[in-house]
Amino acid sequence: MKRLLITCAAIATATVASSEEVAPEEVNFSEYGELEVSLSGVAGDAAAGLEIMVSRGKGNCIACHQVSALEEHPFHGEVGPTLDGVGEYRTEAELRGIVANAKMTFEGSIMPAFYRTSGFIRPGDAYTGKAAEGELAPLLTAQEIEDVVAYLLTLKD
Amino acid sequence: MKSLLKTGVAAVAIFAANVAQADEEANLVINEEIEITVRTDAPAHAENLSTIYSGWVFRSDETQSLQMDDFENPGMIFVDDAIDTWNTVEGSEGNSCASCHGEPESMAGVRAVYPKWNDAAEEVRTIAMQVNDCRTEQMGAEEWKYDGGDMLNMEALLASFSRGLPVNVAIDGPVEAMWELGRDIYYTRYGQLDLSCANCHEDNYGNNIRADHLSQGQINGFPTYRLKNAKLNGVQSRFRGCVRDTRAETFSVGSEEFIALELYVASRGNGLSVEGPSVRN
Ligand code: HEC
Ligand code: HEC
Repeated sequence: MKRLLITCAAIATATVASSEEVAPEEVNFSEYGELEVSLSGVAGDAAAGLEIMVSRGKGNCIACHQVSALEEHPFHGEVGPTLDGVGEYRTEAELRGIVANAKMTFEGSIMPAFYRTSGFIRPGDAYTGKAAEGELAPLLTAQEIEDVVAYLLTLKD
Repeated sequence: MKSLLKTGVAAVAIFAANVAQADEEANLVINEEIEITVRTDAPAHAENLSTIYSGWVFRSDETQSLQMDDFENPGMIFVDDAIDTWNTVEGSEGNSCASCHGEPESMAGVRAVYPKWNDAAEEVRTIAMQVNDCRTEQMGAEEWKYDGGDMLNMEALLASFSRGLPVNVAIDGPVEAMWELGRDIYYTRYGQLDLSCANCHEDNYGNNIRADHLSQGQINGFPTYRLKNAKLNGVQSRFRGCVRDTRAETFSVGSEEFIALELYVASRGNGLSVEGPSVRN
């Protein structure tokens, strides 16, 4: 009976998670900024994550980070640390938390929060210089965050 | 083979990036004559900097060299245009700039102290505001558009006759409130990327952000001729571009906020030489 209950609970959580994303305003960071639960409920796709890492209109992570595995995509920045090996010394929950809102892990970080929609000063309508109209969309969707996390987990020494 | 080709391409790209790096030790002498201070001790009020650097220092060798000779500096063509304008009578009063100021050489030193307080108007004036005041009040002519072509040409002329002189903008007395507003803006993190001027130009100058080599964002070289858009660029338009790039709603060119920011950023460069019209990428 006990065992049945556990299985039921597990199924219930899984269904909830896959049918309902965690909205940016509902994200619950741990004390150290980690996010244990998937934001989309769907496993991340590392290949899609790679594209997001390098594309200027998406994560553009290499604007600030050097990543040896991405050498064929030119111009890596030096504003943040190299991400080589980050999949080895960081857990999935830590990485998800850092990409969603690095400020929860590194207070005052320069790294933009990719899954946050409020608390900005003079938010704009993308790169137009005009005021944002209506609700902001996060810089990356829940699934895109998961994809990036899946890619980061491949960065082992 | 394919993978070899790919490696080759990557190597070329990295090589190109290296070639484009600046010689940060280089010195700037224009026409083998005008010595430009491109690095010096920071003024005390630039609290978090010990040395200040002109943006020229961070540009590639090729871009740097364009500024060493007026015949190669595309910005100097606009100075010639402005010399014609200087001598042209316009407006209801029958005056040209020359009617009141004589030769443009008389403007030596003026660029170095702007933005500055104007007692009669009781306001902080950028050099563009002063030029427009001359046009409307002394000449009875139309105002020029802020950061428009005519204005930038004239600003290039004014800067060129102060080249080599140290920037020396006053920060106390009546300008203090505006200066403080400018400092607040400089350190405020704007937009959805949540970045301040200081995040890029104070915390990260000398670092690359994607393909861009970050400078201290000094304005001693304005107006700048940018190879990217092949024209003269005004200070406040540059501010506007940087704020826009944080995914923020920008302030407008000519606004109170940007006048304050211009005053503050200019003062962070006190001690560097006036260098405009400079060449940037
Ligand atoms: C504007 C700069 C910037 C951008 C863009 C940026 N980061 Fe960062 N990132 C930083 C900085 C700076 C740090 C170091 C933390 C700190 O001290 O603030 C950091 C830290 C990290 C870390 C932790 C590394 C460690 O030491 O454990 C990860 C992982 C990371 N970033 C991933 C990403 C990913 C993925 C993206 C894009 C989706 C991204 N970053 C975009 C600046 C940036
Ligand atoms: C996300 C990074 C970023 C932010 C934030 C930023 N800038 Fe910039 N800025 C750049 C880049 C990149 C350049 C081009 C390379 C250079 O000259 O540093 C630049 C160039 C400049 C220049 C031209 C310097 C020259 O020598 O021609 C000025 C002036 C400037 N910025 C001022 C500012 C001010 C003032 C702010 C805040 C309102 C600001 N920037 C915010 C990235 C930024």
